[in-house]
Amino acid sequence: MFKFLLKRLALTLPTFLALMLLTFLAIRLVPGDPVEVRMGERGIDPVRAEEMRHLLGLDQPIWKQFVDYVWGILHGDFGTSLVTSEKVLTEFAALFPATIELSFFAILFAMVLGIPAGILAAVKRGTVYDHALMGAALTGYSMPIFWWGLLLIMFMSEYLGLTPISGRTDLIRFSVEPITGFMLVDTLIAGDKGAFWDALRHLILPAIVLGTIPLAVIARITRSSMLEVLSEDYVRTARAKGLSPFRVVGLHALRNALIPVVTVIGLQVGTALAGAVLTETIFSWPGVGKWLIESIARRDYPALQGGILLISSIVVLMNLLIDVMYGAINPRIRHGR
Amino acid sequence: MADSVLAPAPVALPTAGGSPPRPLAAFWYAFRENRGAVVALGIVVAIVLLAALADFVAPFPPAEQHREAVRVAPFWAEGGSTRFLLGTDDLGRDILSRVIYGARISLFIGLSVMLISVACGIVLGLIAAFRGGIADTIIMRLMDLITAVPGLVMAILIVAVLGPNLFNTIMAVTIVYLPRYVRLVRASTLGELNKEYVTAARVVGVGTLRLMFVTVLPNCLAPLIVQGALGVSDAILEAAALGFLGLGAQPPTPEWGAMVGDGREFIRSNPWIVTTPGLAILVTVVSINLLGDGLRDALDPKLRRS
Repeated sequence: MFKFLLKRLALTLPTFLALMLLTFLAIRLVPGDPVEVRMGERGIDPVRAEEMRHLLGLDQPIWKQFVDYVWGILHGDFGTSLVTSEKVLTEFAALFPATIELSFFAILFAMVLGIPAGILAAVKRGTVYDHALMGAALTGYSMPIFWWGLLLIMFMSEYLGLTPISGRTDLIRFSVEPITGFMLVDTLIAGDKGAFWDALRHLILPAIVLGTIPLAVIARITRSSMLEVLSEDYVRTARAKGLSPFRVVGLHALRNALIPVVTVIGLQVGTALAGAVLTETIFSWPGVGKWLIESIARRDYPALQGGILLISSIVVLMNLLIDVMYGAINPRIRHGR
Repeated sequence: MADSVLAPAPVALPTAGGSPPRPLAAFWYAFRENRGAVVALGIVVAIVLLAALADFVAPFPPAEQHREAVRVAPFWAEGGSTRFLLGTDDLGRDILSRVIYGARISLFIGLSVMLISVACGIVLGLIAAFRGGIADTIIMRLMDLITAVPGLVMAILIVAVLGPNLFNTIMAVTIVYLPRYVRLVRASTLGELNKEYVTAARVVGVGTLRLMFVTVLPNCLAPLIVQGALGVSDAILEAAALGFLGLGAQPPTPEWGAMVGDGREFIRSNPWIVTTPGLAILVTVVSINLLGDGLRDALDPKLRRS
């Protein structure tokens, strides 16, 4: 197991290096001089510009710049925002909990509804339930979530007045000390019940929107995995023994059917992080997705560069984690490589 | 879908004299089993026709502004008129016309992304499978890198570097979806390479290029066609998301995603500005996905969703 872990870890190292090269080169390809961008429209005197260039290391040969970039990242320096002059890592770390909170509840929502829906469709295969559920799944899978979000705001918030329109909490009514950055945890630590419910109400719509595509994917994979397992010999044996259908499906079949589902759920983390860009923009959710889009609008390239590198690294690490976990659950994978 | 599995296998194909059915007839026989896919095909054909005939079908040019009729409601709603069937937007542009012209743009994006990425995927996948070694490693590591960055984030990076416009949107989405085709072609080619007909062709002295494109490739096409069809709808969704963020097609291009994004502020007062183009995206993407499912059932029984 340890060997397997080391091997998988070694395989991801080139990916990280390539990610650094990608973000490094991408920003170099952006038209316009970084010094001029920083100095604004009015321009500055050439001596000062030369100083800036030196300060930013732009007078060095390109390979040296890359080595410095990698060196900086290895020491936790992901660059400095051009707009706020704040360290990119600091800004990212402050906003990331909001994105995690949102993504976590989105995936949770997707699992809680998606797995039972998939099981029901598989057990009732070919019936109206199956067709209705799979039709809904196809629609969810095809959903432009930015539009879906606006529809939900229109209906739930504007028309029914059930949920707030945007943000993480009502800033006027509640102020909670950000300790962990997770609003639900922070409000509980502060012992403010009102603020907790308010934060939860703010979370509902964004989590539904972000969870829609994962929900559809999970329902589809659960159904097909369940159908496969239901035709296995041991399920027939369990049925023949006279076990109740509930026990057969819930105990014998489900356990084995869930293995591919776990993998798919892991893969949805990447989808959720990408979808967070859209969802956070719609709901003014102060996470890294919205920050990334704003960085583009502000031409804050170091923030964009660092942000994309950080998000991608997290996805790579998540995939590694899932792979390792999968190897732990399923010995066939571990020894097969 | 489900009922196609339960249906009896197509033993009694409508052919005479025991000769094998023509491929197209056999395909159609299998395809029409899936009623949803047939309906979807009808809708897709209708959308393609609307896009192709937009100049004749659309009541107005897509960018024409009617300053006297700003934010008019659809004809069934209060204050609506039959002059603008689906109402007008904040600049007094006819939404029906813009949605019809938008079909042209979305289909163009979807098809070009699919064609370019399938073409590049075939070439890169074949090279990786045939050459092996360093070429294989470089190509596949590059694809791993692209997949490591979440799709939309990668597209945003590319568009931020190249600048937002329709062409760069196509470029960005193509790069994002390239890996799946490369992997598919490589995997199915590797599967074919061990088969005897390939060895036979090699023994006869068939050149590498001919071996790649004439001998092996046709046998890898079925999953590629299915993936390609599903890829069109993914590309349309991705491009619409970029358009919504203002990083795709620029105004006044009637791109559906951009229309939703531009109309966002009117979601309370004049919702039809937002709902109509979004519905167009949804209907198009659902239809193409259904069509893709039908293609899969008909072309590639191995991949059939049970």
